[in-house]
Amino acid sequence: MPAVQETVERVRRIDVDQYRYGFETLIESDKAPKGLSEDTVRFISAKKNEPAWMLEWRLEAYRRWLTMTEPTWARVNYPKIDYQDIYYYAAPKPKKTLSSIDEIDPEILKTYEKLGIPLREVAILEGVEPPPGGEPSANRKIAVDAVFDSVSVATTFQKELKAAGVIFMPISEAIREHPELVKKYLGTVVPTSDNYFATLNSAVFSDGSFVYVPPGVRCPMELSTYFRINERNTGQFERTLIIADKGSYVSYLEGCTAPQRDENQLHAAVVELVALDDAEIKYSTVQNWYPGNSEGLGGIYNFVTKRGDCRGNHSKISWTQVETGSAITWKYPSCILRGDNSRGEFYSIAISNGHQQVDSGTKMLHLGKNTSSRIISKGIAAGVSQNTYRGLVTAHRKATGARNYTACDSLLIGDKCGAHTVPYVEAKNSSATFEHEATTSKISEDVLFYCTQRGLSQEEAVGLVVNGFVKDVLQQLPMEFAVEAQKLISISLEGSVG
Amino acid sequence: MSLLEVKDLKVRVEDNEILHGLTLTVNPGEVHAIMGPNGSGKSTLSHVIAGKPGYEVTDGQILFKGEDLLEMEPDERAAKGVFLAFQYPVEIPGVATMNFLRTALNAQRKERGESEFSTPDFLKKVREVAKSLNIPQDMLKRGVNVGFSGGEKKRNEILQMALFEPAVCILDEMDSGLDIDALRIAADGVNALRSPDRAMVVITHYQRLLNYIVPDFVHVMSKGRVVKSGGKDLALELEASGYTQFEDAA
Repeated sequence: MPAVQETVERVRRIDVDQYRYGFETLIESDKAPKGLSEDTVRFISAKKNEPAWMLEWRLEAYRRWLTMTEPTWARVNYPKIDYQDIYYYAAPKPKKTLSSIDEIDPEILKTYEKLGIPLREVAILEGVEPPPGGEPSANRKIAVDAVFDSVSVATTFQKELKAAGVIFMPISEAIREHPELVKKYLGTVVPTSDNYFATLNSAVFSDGSFVYVPPGVRCPMELSTYFRINERNTGQFERTLIIADKGSYVSYLEGCTAPQRDENQLHAAVVELVALDDAEIKYSTVQNWYPGNSEGLGGIYNFVTKRGDCRGNHSKISWTQVETGSAITWKYPSCILRGDNSRGEFYSIAISNGHQQVDSGTKMLHLGKNTSSRIISKGIAAGVSQNTYRGLVTAHRKATGARNYTACDSLLIGDKCGAHTVPYVEAKNSSATFEHEATTSKISEDVLFYCTQRGLSQEEAVGLVVNGFVKDVLQQLPMEFAVEAQKLISISLEGSVG
Repeated sequence: MSLLEVKDLKVRVEDNEILHGLTLTVNPGEVHAIMGPNGSGKSTLSHVIAGKPGYEVTDGQILFKGEDLLEMEPDERAAKGVFLAFQYPVEIPGVATMNFLRTALNAQRKERGESEFSTPDFLKKVREVAKSLNIPQDMLKRGVNVGFSGGEKKRNEILQMALFEPAVCILDEMDSGLDIDALRIAADGVNALRSPDRAMVVITHYQRLLNYIVPDFVHVMSKGRVVKSGGKDLALELEASGYTQFEDAA
């Protein structure tokens, strides 16, 4: 049987067992009543002990959401979501107020252990070699904030970060402890009226991470958040807000997993980044939500709004994403290049296998003078999946000297999947220089035969070719996560070739 | 025991039979040339020996050291010592040649139950071989065959042949796309690998290549069969008289 045909056969047989994070944790949880109403919003706000202004902000978003309709322009198909059939808040039931990590429900700690996430303040990441000439991994530290269903369960390395002046805490705490910062920045990048899912998030978000890096501070370690959806029928609506004050630098990584479920679960997050003068934010995502089974049953609907505002001159925001999970991904991490000489970057690897549907890309909005942006997108489609890159690059009338370079490459494995590229380019300033390159290729029988003739198995051959294909993007990830991402890529493509 | 025995091989692609009962016996140390016009089935033979998908063997056998080669996956055949130098080597962007060589070599060694090469040993070996083939270090850092000239691609094939030390080497149209200088370098590389326990099967249209790689035997293929076999002089004879005389014989 020709390999391509075998590929298709094999993809059909893909088993749910391949999702390695599909276990469920049995813990008691505290849930809001099912469905969405003003009462739900009030319930969540009350659970979080929020000040009145926050509740008002949420209610305004909720009222706005009622007037909006779900967008349909993305190249994804799914049955209508019943927003009244979802729990909007679920928290592991706390036995008492926690004062240290040791008091967290051991079941939750075990969950994170299974996921390989160092929740305890362990500085050594296992199995990672130090970069040549780099500091040994024993000295590298990663501060983790873990969000379990709707709430943040632990944030590590608080003391060390505090010493550097960095604030890294669950956003629910930040609302209480740093209301001036939250009030000043929340909703200024993604306004409550922005889009259907972002508005929904504004009304019902329950937790997420908050980061503030003071002027001139280089954050002493990688910051990281792990999101885990555990409860059945639960939506996860986290909200992340990162502010890099003048001349500061922060690198942030998020990872996501969920148990295997036959029903679809909604994940509608909002991430807002603000970079002031000369500040730089590097935001990396390794997304591995449950993608559904071989029949396309179950999986996460990942409808996420991520946007960064290069508010200051010479500021820089860089998005790197490795998207391997979710039944449906609808996600466009974007940059508003407001400050003069600011720079936006988007590096993406989006893999779809089985019945997954991906519609992802970026927006680079050039407003300031001499702003530049770079987009490198690598889409890999296998099985019967559909993989779309959708991007928008615009130069405002005043954006003299705006520059963009875009390269979108798609790789097809087998002949039942699809790759699509939908780029929009608008320049209102004649001095703008926008370049767009796109390629679509297939892992051909010839390449596979060449590799196998040299002694590689089919799977090794696919792994090698795919890793070569995504190399430019993998290099953008922090080293520890590049290793993890590389493994994840191989796992998500397991069985894609016979 | 012969190294490679092709016995009465019949092969079809979809509804067309390409090889109609081909027989070829290759012993260690021998160099066989297979000549013939376009469409005579030369490349099909090389592909089937190496295990390329898409061909259906309807009859006959291929034995390698007495084992049934047709039962093995292409990577198992490679590990056993079957090497095919491609007429058109493929490009693999983003995969450094050095990384590819090491991955492939270690995959073969693993399959044979041997230990993997350590990095210093591997690098030493590659550098030696590369030097003898006039391959600059810089080329090894580039993506596999990406942006390589025709000559560089062929030299990269021979580099792999030297590195993997196969028992039988099949060279498919090695001379295509090479100028005289590139051809000489490639042929020198091949000749350096001739040894009493290694056999070579050289597939070519033209006698020219055989001035550089002198064969022990020459076989003429036409319409899916070997129609004449002889010594190296047969190639010269063909150069003078052409292939048309054999069309009736087939």
